[in-house]
Amino acid sequence: MTHARQVIIIGSGPAGLTAALYASRANLSPLVIEGIEAGGQLMLTTMVENWPGFRDGIMGPDLMTELRAQALRFGAEIVQGDVASIDLSERPFRLRVGDDTYTADALILATGASARWLELGVDRQLSGRGVSTCATCDGFFFRGRRVAVVGGGDTALEEAIYLSKLASDVVLVHRRAELRGSKVMQDKVKALPNIRFVWNAEVVGINDVAKGEVTSMVLRDTLSGATTEEPIDGIFIAIGHTPNTRLVQGQVDLLDNGYIRTHHGSRTSVPGVFAAGDVQDHVYRQAVTAAGSGCMAAIDAERFLSGTGH
Amino acid sequence: MASDKVKTFTDATFATDTSKGLVLVDFWAEWCAPCRRLAPVVDQIADQYAGRLTVAKMDIDKHSQTPAQFMIRGIPTLLLFKDGKVVDTIVGLVDKADLSRTIDKHL
Repeated sequence: MTHARQVIIIGSGPAGLTAALYASRANLSPLVIEGIEAGGQLMLTTMVENWPGFRDGIMGPDLMTELRAQALRFGAEIVQGDVASIDLSERPFRLRVGDDTYTADALILATGASARWLELGVDRQLSGRGVSTCATCDGFFFRGRRVAVVGGGDTALEEAIYLSKLASDVVLVHRRAELRGSKVMQDKVKALPNIRFVWNAEVVGINDVAKGEVTSMVLRDTLSGATTEEPIDGIFIAIGHTPNTRLVQGQVDLLDNGYIRTHHGSRTSVPGVFAAGDVQDHVYRQAVTAAGSGCMAAIDAERFLSGTGH
Repeated sequence: MASDKVKTFTDATFATDTSKGLVLVDFWAEWCAPCRRLAPVVDQIADQYAGRLTVAKMDIDKHSQTPAQFMIRGIPTLLLFKDGKVVDTIVGLVDKADLSRTIDKHL
């Protein structure tokens, strides 16, 4: 069945839902297609302490529940499901979701970014068997066990702090000799007695695929090239995110680093297609900047539609 | 809304509950945000495959033996059993179309 809409928003993180809020208040009856990772990255966080207006912080999933309800209150429609394909070759744009086809006069891409894996092959095979990209999801299984966290940014530090309360030992493996994370987080991590650092090291192997569980990791010293094997029960990967652009590759211009290129606010290389949030932001990547860019995309889409006679 | 066709499995009766036919078990916990996202998909599958597939949930906070036995180290994890044997495992989120395809292979 084909459904015709004025504005379709793909993604339901802070960018997508803020775009939905603004577009619905502009009487554009937006449709949000949630995607498989509905609610976005904040759904996997605990306390968010830097969302303006909440001096004591707010839980990430609670914030997304509120944002969703706020968008619905003004008439946005939200459907579950993952977009299978998009055709931007002519307007209206066409999207396929399961057995349904949607057309949109304007499209807002807010597909966000997903956790990056090590790309060793074995890390994917052992996903759910001791390799994870989400400490708040899977830390439970490592009570009293030894775990590693790979990465040196704020996400890695947050994961290490969370895991230090559950695991007996946390080994933080970082490619460089210093952390990239914020000073506040660094101080918190360094004060915890059961977090140990391995500097200038890369994970080059994880055992044991045959057993179907994690038993050890192989580390390579980035300075000497020497490799060592370290027994471990779980590995949490926090080495950043990759923008979710698969649906529009070859159809909108991307930057060299894979993010969608935007100009004059949220415009992409295709008139009528706008982008917001982490899929186009490789610099700030904050919930509040994502929400701000979602607002921009909705306003840009509204002006685009009014300029083309809608 | 939760489907009334989804059963709740326990450690005590897990082996007998999964011993016959095709059984899909969703391992989850209250604190697991991705599990909450997956729940409506599992509900829809239970409705769609009623009579052909048993669909059940297991709360890993209340029942730890079974997840340990199947070496589950992350949730959500879906295990598909056929006559007592694991025939497919899905770790993490999955959309309804992909889950249907996995189930259809074993029907």
